[in-house]
Amino acid sequence: MATATKTQQISIFNTNEPDKGKTKTIYSIENFNLWYGTDQALYEVQMEIPENKVTAIIGPSGCGKSTFIKSLNRMVELVPSVKMSGSIEYKEKDIFSPKYKVEDLRTDVGMVFQNPNPFPKSIYENVVYGPKTHGIKKKSILNEIVEKSLRGAALWDEVKDRLNENAFGLSGGQQQRLCIARCLAIEPDVILMDEPTSALDPISTTKIEELVQTLKKDYSIAIVTHNMQQAARISDKTAFFLNGEVIEYNNTDKLFSNPDDKRTEDYITGRFG
Amino acid sequence: MNLVDKQLVQRRMNRRILKSRIMRQLFFLATAFGIVVLAVLLYRIFSEGIAYLDWEFLTSFASRFPEESGIKAAIAGSLWLMVVTAPISLILGVGTAIYLEEYARENKFTRFIRMNISNLAGVPSVVFGLLGLTVFVRLMEMGRSVMAGGLTMSLLILPIIVVAAQEAIRSIPKDQYEASYAMGATKWQTVRRVVLPAAIPGILTGGILALSRAIGETAPLLMIGALSFVAYLPENIWSSFTVLPIQIFNWTGRPQEEFHLVASAGIIILLLALLLMNSIAVLIRNKFSKRY
Amino acid sequence: MAVNVKELMNEKKTNRSVLAVTEKAAPVFFMVCAIVSILTTIGIVLTLLIETITFFSRVSFIDFVTGTTWWPFGENASYGILPLISGTLLITVVAMIVAIPIGLASAIYLSEFASEKVRKVVKPILEVLAGIPTIVYGFFALTFVTPLLQTFISDLPIFNALSPGIIVGVMIIPMIASLSEDAMSSVPNSIKEGALATGSTRLEVALKVVVPAALSGIIASFVLGISRAIGETMIVSVAAGSTPKLTADVTESIQTMTGYIVQVTLGDASYGSTTYYSIYAVGMTLFIFTLLMNLLSQYISRRFKEDY
Repeated sequence: MATATKTQQISIFNTNEPDKGKTKTIYSIENFNLWYGTDQALYEVQMEIPENKVTAIIGPSGCGKSTFIKSLNRMVELVPSVKMSGSIEYKEKDIFSPKYKVEDLRTDVGMVFQNPNPFPKSIYENVVYGPKTHGIKKKSILNEIVEKSLRGAALWDEVKDRLNENAFGLSGGQQQRLCIARCLAIEPDVILMDEPTSALDPISTTKIEELVQTLKKDYSIAIVTHNMQQAARISDKTAFFLNGEVIEYNNTDKLFSNPDDKRTEDYITGRFG
Repeated sequence: MNLVDKQLVQRRMNRRILKSRIMRQLFFLATAFGIVVLAVLLYRIFSEGIAYLDWEFLTSFASRFPEESGIKAAIAGSLWLMVVTAPISLILGVGTAIYLEEYARENKFTRFIRMNISNLAGVPSVVFGLLGLTVFVRLMEMGRSVMAGGLTMSLLILPIIVVAAQEAIRSIPKDQYEASYAMGATKWQTVRRVVLPAAIPGILTGGILALSRAIGETAPLLMIGALSFVAYLPENIWSSFTVLPIQIFNWTGRPQEEFHLVASAGIIILLLALLLMNSIAVLIRNKFSKRY
Repeated sequence: MAVNVKELMNEKKTNRSVLAVTEKAAPVFFMVCAIVSILTTIGIVLTLLIETITFFSRVSFIDFVTGTTWWPFGENASYGILPLISGTLLITVVAMIVAIPIGLASAIYLSEFASEKVRKVVKPILEVLAGIPTIVYGFFALTFVTPLLQTFISDLPIFNALSPGIIVGVMIIPMIASLSEDAMSSVPNSIKEGALATGSTRLEVALKVVVPAALSGIIASFVLGISRAIGETMIVSVAAGSTPKLTADVTESIQTMTGYIVQVTLGDASYGSTTYYSIYAVGMTLFIFTLLMNLLSQYISRRFKEDY
């Protein structure tokens, strides 16, 4: 298991430029196993997630894709009986190292959940929750963050006149984009999305998909989806999970047109799942 | 341009995490406070009262002398009180719950009954005492009898039993009703043969807990005039009586230190009775909890 | 020999008339049961009202609500309820100073920090604490807490507001803790996860997201706690004394409304005397106070409830 290197920290903060040359790796996962109590959910996962790309994770329900993405920001540990082995390195730092605080990790790695989960507060308060929590108190900066984040989440024009209304008054699709804005507000490097459109109508889904395309300029995105068309439409790389194992991890074009593994082919042609 | 200064955020993080850890300890201490008080209370009472606790204590009447005092009359009175309170409060409470859950239409009258029950639950017990004193003791001329006390207590714990019975009935899956109706059973047959049997464990658990509240209640019975010095056993529901908490209250009020020790001994008996009732309630709950 | 089920059922059907009667009688019986609870309320209100009216035919209402002396005995009887109200409030304030911070902190700990194992142990213990009869608490206040306080406050009299106030607070802790915890637990996990995923600490999730979201339930539990403290009887009867006094000093002996009612019914105030009727006027005041608190609590939890 690799330990954190101190020299790495400086380079974290200036990586928003899209890399023109070869792609850098932001996450590297090695021999990662995970158990819920005695049930093993992930087996020897081996993957490298590239920077400033969209990586899709597909597979039938119960294949461990959601568990996997929640491991990347250690949200999976909220289940008390969880046990893990192997390593996950974020920017070459072991995320499970006691020196690496989970709060720091989650500040850098944002997450959007399956169901929209805005706080029962105003739209404005939802967006500034993260920055305020992280100590930004100045009103002018907060206002700027709100506008920038809401624009980033393609929600600004719809809500700019009612920022002080309760977020629960928004439609499901708007709520989900608000959650994306909440996530953008602390300027993360990575956005993890756990089936972000599964609870939404087709129009909202399209909006979120377009948004993902725009966001990948500035962020590395990992998205779990059970919708194969979605993965094909928006991702650069795709990993196919089955029964807790990575069956195939490839460029999206390659995986969908000419998969290496028979099981991948069976799945994408709809023979199961 | 970055609006969030990441290095600043990271520098602040240590302090925030430390704060979270410290507050966690404070919250834990607060939680422990209640437990510590309970432990001290139990320790005090057991260490003081245990010396007075013997067979004679259980089989003697109250006395002017601490060492001769016993709680025979109080135990008998508490049991007699249960003889009146248990059937009346259970029948009324379960009947009300069945009416609300099975028969009542959703209208103003029903909402009024619901609101009324939740408000009755918040009425102080002394007010029930005033009701009992005026209506049962004086108006109905029951005097300071077991009957007057039992009726007062029944009304006092009625809201608790109604709520418990409602929950028990509500937890019965709808398919049980459908199965019964589909065989041509009437409403009453369904209530009697499907709903009540399925709800009985929940009703019993709630009922026993409510009765344990009645066993420990003092104020209303003090007010309807349960006596604190009784040297005989109640013969029927029209006899005058005393109960455990009132006997304890009486000993607590005596200036002599010895009587406080006697009170401790009485409290031990009261707490053991409550423990017994609660254990039975928990046993019933656990035995029947996973049926559906 | 084959059993003819149809025939047997038809035989049974000859008893249809009996069945029809019970079918009709059952709902009537249950409705009567339900009406008893309404009769109880009517009984309480009428009892208090009628006897209170008799009381006010002898004592001026203005004197009752504005008088600062409560001395219901003998020739110079004076029925100003303010000392009893101040005594009640004194107990309530002390109790809330104990119960609100500790109850809320316990709720936050149980809901946001404690592991499932700890919760499973602590919650039943708090239930036991809630199930201790009030006379036991009163005994404990008088024989343990008061002497303990006297080691710190040397001139503390045996009867005082502080000791029973603290113990009333202890008695209310489980109620506030469990109602507040219910309110906080009903905040969906997805919202807590949303906060954690932005890098919040557990404390920040609890204080900035969960407590605000559950605030209506938490406040309602406080109000219900206040109502319980106002109506608490045995602890104050045993340990607070019986000297009605308009004071804000917790180290003095006082009397609460409930304490007065018990004192009179224990003594031999003759039926029909003004002293006898005064307990109904005090009871009415007490009833109105607690009813208002209960209604307020219900209003808060209903009006500001978040629907997730």
